[in-house]
Amino acid sequence: MTKSTRIKQRFAKCAAADRPALVTFISAGDPDLKTAQSIMDGLPGAGADLIELGMPFSDPMADGPSVEAAGHRALTAGHTLQKTLDMVKSFRTHDDETPVILMGYYNPIYQRGPETFVKEAREAGVDGLIIVDLPAEEDDELCLPALAAGLNFIRLTTPTTDEKRLPKVLQNTSGFVYYVSMKGITGGAISSHTAVGEAVRAIKEHTELPVAVGFGIKTAEDAALIGRDADGVVVGTALINALVASLDDNNRATGTSVEAVHALVRELAAGVARARD
Amino acid sequence: MNQQFKSNSLKNGPDENGRFGIFGGRFVAETLMPLILELEEAYTQAKSDPAYLKELGDLNAHYTGRPSPLYFAERMSAHLGGANIYFKREELNHTGSHKLNNCLGQILLAKRMGRTRIIAETGAGQHGVATATVCARFGLSCVIYMGATDVERQAPNVFRMKLLGAEVKPVTAGAGTLKDAMNEALRDWVSNVDDTYYLIGTAAGPHPYPEMVRDFQSVIGTEIREQFAKKAGGLPDALVACIGGGSNAIGTFHEFLDEPEVKLYGAEAGGHGLEVENGHAASMTGGRPGILHGNRTYLLQDDDGQILEGHSISAGLDYPGVGPEHSFLKDSGRVTYVPITDAEALEAFQLCAQLEGILPALESAHGLAQVIKLAPTMEKGQSIVLCLSGRGDKDVETVGRHLGVPL
Repeated sequence: MTKSTRIKQRFAKCAAADRPALVTFISAGDPDLKTAQSIMDGLPGAGADLIELGMPFSDPMADGPSVEAAGHRALTAGHTLQKTLDMVKSFRTHDDETPVILMGYYNPIYQRGPETFVKEAREAGVDGLIIVDLPAEEDDELCLPALAAGLNFIRLTTPTTDEKRLPKVLQNTSGFVYYVSMKGITGGAISSHTAVGEAVRAIKEHTELPVAVGFGIKTAEDAALIGRDADGVVVGTALINALVASLDDNNRATGTSVEAVHALVRELAAGVARARD
Repeated sequence: MNQQFKSNSLKNGPDENGRFGIFGGRFVAETLMPLILELEEAYTQAKSDPAYLKELGDLNAHYTGRPSPLYFAERMSAHLGGANIYFKREELNHTGSHKLNNCLGQILLAKRMGRTRIIAETGAGQHGVATATVCARFGLSCVIYMGATDVERQAPNVFRMKLLGAEVKPVTAGAGTLKDAMNEALRDWVSNVDDTYYLIGTAAGPHPYPEMVRDFQSVIGTEIREQFAKKAGGLPDALVACIGGGSNAIGTFHEFLDEPEVKLYGAEAGGHGLEVENGHAASMTGGRPGILHGNRTYLLQDDDGQILEGHSISAGLDYPGVGPEHSFLKDSGRVTYVPITDAEALEAFQLCAQLEGILPALESAHGLAQVIKLAPTMEKGQSIVLCLSGRGDKDVETVGRHLGVPL
């Protein structure tokens, strides 16, 4: 199977416009399948350059309360791994350019069978995978089968990944490098924008791949500031929080839910557009 | 020839990647990867450092009170008719369970590594108490994560931890049990990597924890071998231990893995019965392999790979996974794992109180229930050693509630 190149092309396009890419994370099936599909379908129009689609997991150990609650809302509403793949298939019927990356934990994939899963994901129109609990030491599990199937395998690097370890982490990484801006879980606070910039430059000495920064970017101002140095900025928790604010008392979607997320994406897109002014 | 180089030994695991066969491994977020590699290196150095081993040995002897006695349960043996029953009295250790064996080993390691803040998860509270104890002993700050459900059903242990100076953080996610406490402890560790040591209480989690915890608990089995030879001669015919994560069981079994004439039995939490969906915590007899909390092991999970909460009357066994070495020993056929229901454990708890004057922890009562089934099927003159891993004072309220005696 030929390799997916949507991610590469999209980062190149953003670089040509001298701005960082806006990478948006939403949780598949949150708060229900129909609403999540509408949110996903409208993301590119609102200014998202890449889409990370969270695969809900009962025990998301590296995530903060917002992402955890999003996954639980989806699972309570009956979401499954198959439905996540179906969302991508449906999205691809009207968008063949925006990269879609599945992000989550290994067990649901392991249960489906890694070989089966990477084939199905590729066929559904997925471009890359981010699997939080698969470090480089476990590359045989899913990373190598994913690469063989033509998917990008995007790796997280963190402030604890030192110069000595970085080459091992980057070895089988493709698509882009996701720099976690802090020692912590999703939704925390970035301690120093300057330190993030330095870390991005350090990673770039070891790789030609674009470097996106995530964890802790909440506003258009954050996005603009981080986007000065980074090739992409990832926003997740803030979008989930915007969605949550629109839900009714029983955590069900309301008439404003889809627009609540898209409105914040438009603000963030304006932020990345002026990042290098 | 050195034991560890025997090619056919069941004691060879884990390999350099932390695997016991296909089980174990290092399934953690990148933020934690450098930390567990550092821990592995520190442990490798420590275990061959005579000064470290001497300090641990001294603490085991004079702080914990090791060796723990091997006790012949005469009336229980006569009552059941069959094998002679011995209790390895881990419940007589300081803090009332086997948990201190592991905590002392790890706290000395944390000290060597220069960590100043200790975090831990706890289910029944036994590991939380043991951790709070060693933190007090060594003057380190201590945060214990405990599921909100467990905080409620193990109130005396919560207060003990507070008296020992620990901060107890209730976890409300999920069913508020051990699994959720472990998620929260991992989140804390990811967020506080610079000064924090995660003191895992069972032989599970990412490599090197399963190996390290097993090594610290193996003192149980080596003492059993010595004490039994002196007391009764030869080797016991069977060993029985309860399994939640499985630290007391692996500590009991490991010494005997290459002695095929010694039968090994692990008692899992059968809860309301294996036939009740999500009504038990028997991950090996009622689950299948998957990945959670840093390792591949048998797990309770649904068809889509979402982890189930499980259920057990015993907060210490109420965990949807099990240590990876047990998964390996199950598949290899060396250890027989059996489910014990809440009702069977409750009965064993009462019988032990009446016949031996010992209140066992509800966890250990699961092991005893298996002994009750096993002993009558064995010849007179044969013998069973049960690891009596903890004392039951903490469970008096729970048992009362189940017997219709509100306290």
